[in-house]
Amino acid sequence: MSEAIEKTTLIGKSITKPDAPDKSNGRTRYINDMVLPRMLIGKIKRSDRAHAKVLSIDTSKAAAVPGIQAIVTADDTPMVGVGVTKDNPPLKKDIVLSMRDELVAVAGETEEAVDKALALIEIEYEDLPAIFDPAEALEEGAHQMHDDKPGNLSLGYQTVHGDIKQAEKDSDHVLDEVYDVHYVTHVCMGPGCVIADFDTHGKLTMYTQTQYPYNYKMDLAPSLGMHPGDIRVIQPPVGGAFGSKLDVYPFEPIAVFLAKKTRRPVKVIFSREEEFSASPTRQPARFHIRAGVKNDGTLTFRDVDALLNNGSHTSWGATTPFVMMRTFTGHFRVPDVEFRSRAAYTNMPYAGSFRGYGNVQATYVTATVMDKLAEAVNMDPISFRLMNAQKAGEITPQNSKLEECLLGECIETVAEKTNFLEQYNAFKAEQDSPGRYKKGIGIATSFHNAGGAKIHKSDGCGTVIMLDDYARATVITGASEIGQGIDAVLTQIVAEELGIPTENITLVNNDSAIGPWDVGVHASRTTFIAGNSAKRAARKARDQILDAAAQRSNVAADDLDLRGGSVVQNDNGVPVMKIDSLLRKMHFAGEDAELVITHDYYEPPSEPEGDNHVGDISAAYSHGAYVAEVTVDTWTGVVKLNKMTAVQDVGRVVNKLGIEGQMEGGIAFGIGYGLTEEMIIEGGEIKNPNFRDYKVMTAPEAPELEFHFIENDDPDGPFGAKGIAELPTIIPAPAIANAVYNAIGIRFNNPPLTPEKVARAIVDKQAAKVAAE
Amino acid sequence: MSQMVNIIVTVNGEKRHVSVTPGLSVLNMLRDNLDLTGAKLVCGEGECGACTVIVDGVSVNSCLMYAVELDGREVTTVEGLQSSEKLDPVQQAFVDKGAIQCGYCTPGMVMQTTHLLSKNGKPNDEEIRRGLEGNVCRCTGYTKIIEAVNQAAEG
Repeated sequence: MSEAIEKTTLIGKSITKPDAPDKSNGRTRYINDMVLPRMLIGKIKRSDRAHAKVLSIDTSKAAAVPGIQAIVTADDTPMVGVGVTKDNPPLKKDIVLSMRDELVAVAGETEEAVDKALALIEIEYEDLPAIFDPAEALEEGAHQMHDDKPGNLSLGYQTVHGDIKQAEKDSDHVLDEVYDVHYVTHVCMGPGCVIADFDTHGKLTMYTQTQYPYNYKMDLAPSLGMHPGDIRVIQPPVGGAFGSKLDVYPFEPIAVFLAKKTRRPVKVIFSREEEFSASPTRQPARFHIRAGVKNDGTLTFRDVDALLNNGSHTSWGATTPFVMMRTFTGHFRVPDVEFRSRAAYTNMPYAGSFRGYGNVQATYVTATVMDKLAEAVNMDPISFRLMNAQKAGEITPQNSKLEECLLGECIETVAEKTNFLEQYNAFKAEQDSPGRYKKGIGIATSFHNAGGAKIHKSDGCGTVIMLDDYARATVITGASEIGQGIDAVLTQIVAEELGIPTENITLVNNDSAIGPWDVGVHASRTTFIAGNSAKRAARKARDQILDAAAQRSNVAADDLDLRGGSVVQNDNGVPVMKIDSLLRKMHFAGEDAELVITHDYYEPPSEPEGDNHVGDISAAYSHGAYVAEVTVDTWTGVVKLNKMTAVQDVGRVVNKLGIEGQMEGGIAFGIGYGLTEEMIIEGGEIKNPNFRDYKVMTAPEAPELEFHFIENDDPDGPFGAKGIAELPTIIPAPAIANAVYNAIGIRFNNPPLTPEKVARAIVDKQAAKVAAE
Repeated sequence: MSQMVNIIVTVNGEKRHVSVTPGLSVLNMLRDNLDLTGAKLVCGEGECGACTVIVDGVSVNSCLMYAVELDGREVTTVEGLQSSEKLDPVQQAFVDKGAIQCGYCTPGMVMQTTHLLSKNGKPNDEEIRRGLEGNVCRCTGYTKIIEAVNQAAEG
């Protein structure tokens, strides 16, 4: 034991995901792959009307199908709703409000038997007038969807700062525009799935895809008439989530009703068509924005009205204005701002949370409006943004404290790396010259919480760390793994603190009966919050080990370090003892015996919103500036994204491989939002519930990507890191739209920029030009 | 009850006698009859590639092929690639390059890559992208998958 061990760090290195090998060879047992003994298959009969009275349901023929074990309707249930405002009873009675509404559930021995039974259920309806447009739903005399929601009003938000009227008078230019942003959906590769299983005590185990296991129990229990404490949540590996599993949806209590009735485990699994039509969407919205600027380029005000199509019931989508308003009020320095939103019930699908959470929509508007305002005052897109970018120490009207604001640096860097202005001016000059292919370059920037978001009573996460006699560590965390890679990040953080190899760490995070509480995977919070909690728990274990080592050597704890599985002298790296041997000495020390088991609950230093939605809701914020380079085929309307250059404030990179993966995947979502993805909904029915007609990006379309991470340690982040998972999703669509404008001089206030839409706009523009001549 | 058909099929090098209904897909046979759950049912209509397996040296969407068509043929699934405890080079490349997030598309991607490299040992960027165009990944944006294919091709 004499060879000195050099001090190295894992932070910023590339660590492969601990679960990747099993995922690479088919060994991973996803929830969809699970089969429990005596398990039944459950399926759901849904409404095929957008809005109707249910006159009768006849299940007698279905019940006669061999192998059918249970059929449940609303009459068999407590009729207590799930969802954000509890307005969504798992099985509907008397009235259906959308095509996805659940009416009957069947459990049987085989999928074939259940399919046969579903087809034999007879339902009589009487159609009611359906409303698909939120503005119509708010009109006086519109058919009311929910008895306790007068005027079809679901959730509304408002935040008011300064004097808009005066600011408008002080403005030299006022932009007044309407945007319509569309329906998209998560398209998780693993279809929705749940298994409900009761034990003989009447306690329930839910095998679920949820990404918020602890509050999930609280949200699920009332719909079952159960106590949340009697529910155990097991999270087997899932095929993607992206926000879609942040609420309780009707199929989950339905599986429980079937399991209860049959006293057997019941699995409900979605078909791909159900995954499109019966999962939540991203929140669509109509924005009316008025924004002012002075001739010198100073922003004066923003006034935004948002009208949200709530759909038939309420999930997180209706709460996305919470995030939208932070961008409208706080992205760039705008002294006077107002934001109002209303969500109106209609007979359309409803939206849930979705990576980017309202900011994808809001940033499409703000980032294109910034370009339009720059043009109005004859400034280039870069100087205009730099002039209005906040600096470190500024505070937004809603009290987001921008302690580490790097917005300006992001913009400057991306402009320089892409040679932005030179390209921009060259392409602009080419707009009206002959030629089929037009090139364009566009910038967009974003602002998002990067240190959690205090929307619940706690935004915390707990960790327990146990070290065994062999210096193997078990890390029990509340943080869920949904593919994003928190398994790698936490392993890395604990290994860094304890000086043991990553492969000697086992992460446990899939059982609510074992793991300490966490609010869930959302708001780009997990690296920041769970990372801090793991780091603090590991620090306690480290201190305990170093104290024990100091007692057993003649070196003070402060002069010791943990490296390569050994306790070493801090200054020269000379090993003092092996950690595993020390742990055994501690463990078997007779009366002084101790095990190293530590725990921590980390609550970030953020505050909930008070009146007028003012509050520093996140412990950190991040900005990004992305540039899209496109080629527009003016004959076909096809927009090709050639390259995306992304500059992102990340605080500090923890896992290089992981953060790149989050960036690349997030950008893919953003590109889909901007160019190809759109749910086509007619008469409340989704017309493209498949991969053929709902176009997600495939390998040939993946653009060249270039990343520049700006690292400036966040004082509160683990090793300085910020959370960034949602950020890359937010910016690509408006960057592309701005690039298309640079190429062909046409604005699109209604993504996605599909070939049909772009080609039509080009033809219209040419026709208008001819008419004018 | 549909009449059962008895087939003999070599799965991952092992001869198996399987009794199947005429309408059963290869995917369901693998998953339900043989407990090989690596191949995934994602769309069930040949649009996403998550169920890709190799039949007699050609990659197929196993959701679209009938099990009865396998009689006398050879199937390789993602579970059958390893010849030792070590991961197969394609699998290892997906791990090394961070090409796996949720991993649900991975078995199909790995099998399609295996097929691609068996036909073209040194594919260029365009050939890799075209080779994988039938396989959807929702997590990674494909960059790291393409890098993994390159590593596997070089290794």
